[in-house]
Amino acid sequence: MRLAVRRRNGYNIRVTSRIAVQLTRALSRDFLGSWLWYRRGNQRAGSPCRSTAAAFGGRDMSDSTEPAYRPIGDYALIGDCRSAALVSGAGSIDWLCWPRFDSPSIFGALLDRRLGGRFSIVPVEPFVTRRRYVGDTAVLETTFQTANGVVRLTDLMPVASEAEKARALWPDHELLRRIECLEGTVEVDVLFDPRPDYGRLAPRLIDRHAFGLVCEHRAQVIALRSEIPLEPGEGPGARGRARLRAGEARRLSVTYDRWLPVVLVPLGGAAEERIARSLAWWEAWTHGCRYDGPYAEMVRRSAIALKLMTYAPSGAVIAAPTASLPERIGGVRNWDYRYCWLRDASLTLRAFDDLGFTVEGEAFLSWVLHATRLTWPELQVLYDVYGEARIPESTLDHLEGYARSAPVRVGNAAIDQLQLDTYGEVIDAAWRYCERGGRLDRTTARTLIGLGDTVIRRWHEPDEGIWEPRGGRQHHTHSKAMCWVALDRLVRLCERRHVQAGSARFARARDTIREVVEARGYSARLGSYVSIFGRETLDASLLLLSLMGYADPQSPRMRGTLARVRERLGADALLYRYLDEDDGLPGSEGAFGICGFWGVEARALQGEVAAARGDFERLLSFANDVGLFAEEIDPGSGAAIGNFPQAFTHVGLINAAVTLARLQGEGPAHTPVAAVDRRGHA
Amino acid sequence: MNVPSVLLWGFAATIVLSITMAGSQRLGYTRMSIPFLLGTMVTPNRDRAMLLGLLVHMMNGWLFALLYALAFESWHRATWWLGAGIGMVHGLFVLTVGMSIVPAMHPRMVSEYFGPTPNRQLQPPGFLALNYGSRTPIVTLVSHLVYGAILGAFYQLAGP
Repeated sequence: MRLAVRRRNGYNIRVTSRIAVQLTRALSRDFLGSWLWYRRGNQRAGSPCRSTAAAFGGRDMSDSTEPAYRPIGDYALIGDCRSAALVSGAGSIDWLCWPRFDSPSIFGALLDRRLGGRFSIVPVEPFVTRRRYVGDTAVLETTFQTANGVVRLTDLMPVASEAEKARALWPDHELLRRIECLEGTVEVDVLFDPRPDYGRLAPRLIDRHAFGLVCEHRAQVIALRSEIPLEPGEGPGARGRARLRAGEARRLSVTYDRWLPVVLVPLGGAAEERIARSLAWWEAWTHGCRYDGPYAEMVRRSAIALKLMTYAPSGAVIAAPTASLPERIGGVRNWDYRYCWLRDASLTLRAFDDLGFTVEGEAFLSWVLHATRLTWPELQVLYDVYGEARIPESTLDHLEGYARSAPVRVGNAAIDQLQLDTYGEVIDAAWRYCERGGRLDRTTARTLIGLGDTVIRRWHEPDEGIWEPRGGRQHHTHSKAMCWVALDRLVRLCERRHVQAGSARFARARDTIREVVEARGYSARLGSYVSIFGRETLDASLLLLSLMGYADPQSPRMRGTLARVRERLGADALLYRYLDEDDGLPGSEGAFGICGFWGVEARALQGEVAAARGDFERLLSFANDVGLFAEEIDPGSGAAIGNFPQAFTHVGLINAAVTLARLQGEGPAHTPVAAVDRRGHA
Repeated sequence: MNVPSVLLWGFAATIVLSITMAGSQRLGYTRMSIPFLLGTMVTPNRDRAMLLGLLVHMMNGWLFALLYALAFESWHRATWWLGAGIGMVHGLFVLTVGMSIVPAMHPRMVSEYFGPTPNRQLQPPGFLALNYGSRTPIVTLVSHLVYGAILGAFYQLAGP
């Protein structure tokens, strides 16, 4: 018997029947548990036959010289709450941007396997893998089983408390990897190939011997210290091999500094201490989670994913740590999500608060109110982690894009759009903060009044809407309803004296908006609210009308809306965000992750808790092997598509779980916005 | 040194500098507020911080006016362009050196190395204070340039 195996470097090789039998045994025995995670077979890591063809609809994207693109769902996330890296199921770091989430990439093989650069540690022999995060932490373990042994790769960005960091010199950033042999003897291959500035540079590495391999780019220094000797080659990058026996371990540390001398971090026992300290920090942080309802493990994993996408120095939460992962393989719907969207504000704050991470929630709200000062009293769709309002979009034409999905975009042109719903999100977030006992200072109160006046002035204008289509402005029902939410919350803030202002003009405008929405945003023929005034198209944001407190979830109008949305946009438990609207872009996309969770919440609030729970469990099955969700899911294959992992999807998961727990009497926490009458009063 | 002239025109120049920066904030050019940064060193109360910060800022304006006056006296001349030149150097110093050490001095400001502990404090200004808006360096330079130009134009040299 002979078995064709695709190795990590793309060559098809032959292995003997003996190895094939051992691999088969390994799969069926030790890895059965993890293999069950790989319910969707060909989109997961772990297969000894690593063809990516199936994941790309039958097209083999590999060639004979470069590793193929791995499925998006094959990646796991590590980070230090200032930057993040994606680690593939084959032990390769294919995406890393330093010093910030939105900085140019240093490893970018995710977007160009030839030019992007990577840092891989992988057995030379064929292998199968199993992955997990260690406990409730962001420390990743990838275990490789080969015919001759087992090695475990640990990946992390070391973290510690500020007090601990004050006691020792820390680099600006560090990526720490440890490879240890658990059984037998395994030879591992290491490739360190940084390509700064989105792969525009292919620097020669300088071997400083005891001080490591160094790559300098302008004022930035990337240094690798390794317990496995690496040799810089003729071209860019350095390579090395080591044969590890059971009980042996090797550590490799990449550090980054700018403007200052590089900080050389010790390896050996000191590196072990950094791993232990990081594990302890994450465990302690997760211990602050007060949620212990159903699906607690997935909720905690989502909280950690959300935390990893938080920029600690400012409190901002980015939408995703990646750029231009396609919404359709080979398509053009490729966007940069390494920024912060205001539309996420209220729901994100709710997720943090309900889990007990109030400090993160307050920091995020503080960022929202601080960031928007540059554009006040108008709001932009998105800002960078420090609130910079100008984020021009451009394409990186030298990169071929993930699985040849071009163009690769960085920056985001949605910044020029008008999305009236953001006013509702921001003011609702402030109101939630006050509801939990927070107090607003006069500057913040004035900020909110200014936003309310902008809503009064602009609510009747058409806008691009929550989904940011590039086909022009329309009168979106969801946007108008969120204008209602903005003014409703402002009225409440005024009435409870959190904001010192008269509420009459806000109340008048609020009531007018409701009348208009009820008259023009609802179709009696469909028995449903509609996406755009006067049309009969639907989109999933209509479900937010009840989740945000505009409409009673059990009202006939919302019941009809949920039924029509599920009927038209549903696929399994998933929901497309829209299907029958022209968004001004060619091609199509998958089901939108968070919309499915909105469907769960809306269904549960309508009283169908058991059915909602079934939908929720079905949605959980679309997570990858380490519990992460992308922006979208292909309903046909179940594959993750779009930027990965997506904070908004994990926010949806948390909020849906909390709602289910509350309705089942098992949960904390979240008090929904009071149901409203037709005049908008609680 | 002509102390009354320093006090008078130091005060006037600081007022104009403050108006320039506050106006730029309102126009959405920058989020940098020197009174706010100074005030939050003393108190976390935002409203009180602005008031205290403004007082400290005015005092600083006088102190720097003394330094400017010393320079004018040593050169035996005071012109608007000399003042503007000193203001330019002053602004550059604030942006490049001052802003980089503020996180180390400020008890309620994090540095760019902060994390993963969540932040409930002030954001760091970053290089050239760009974290407070991409036009912050221009606003800061222009306002200090105007500050220096006013002192240079109106300061009366002490008699021989």
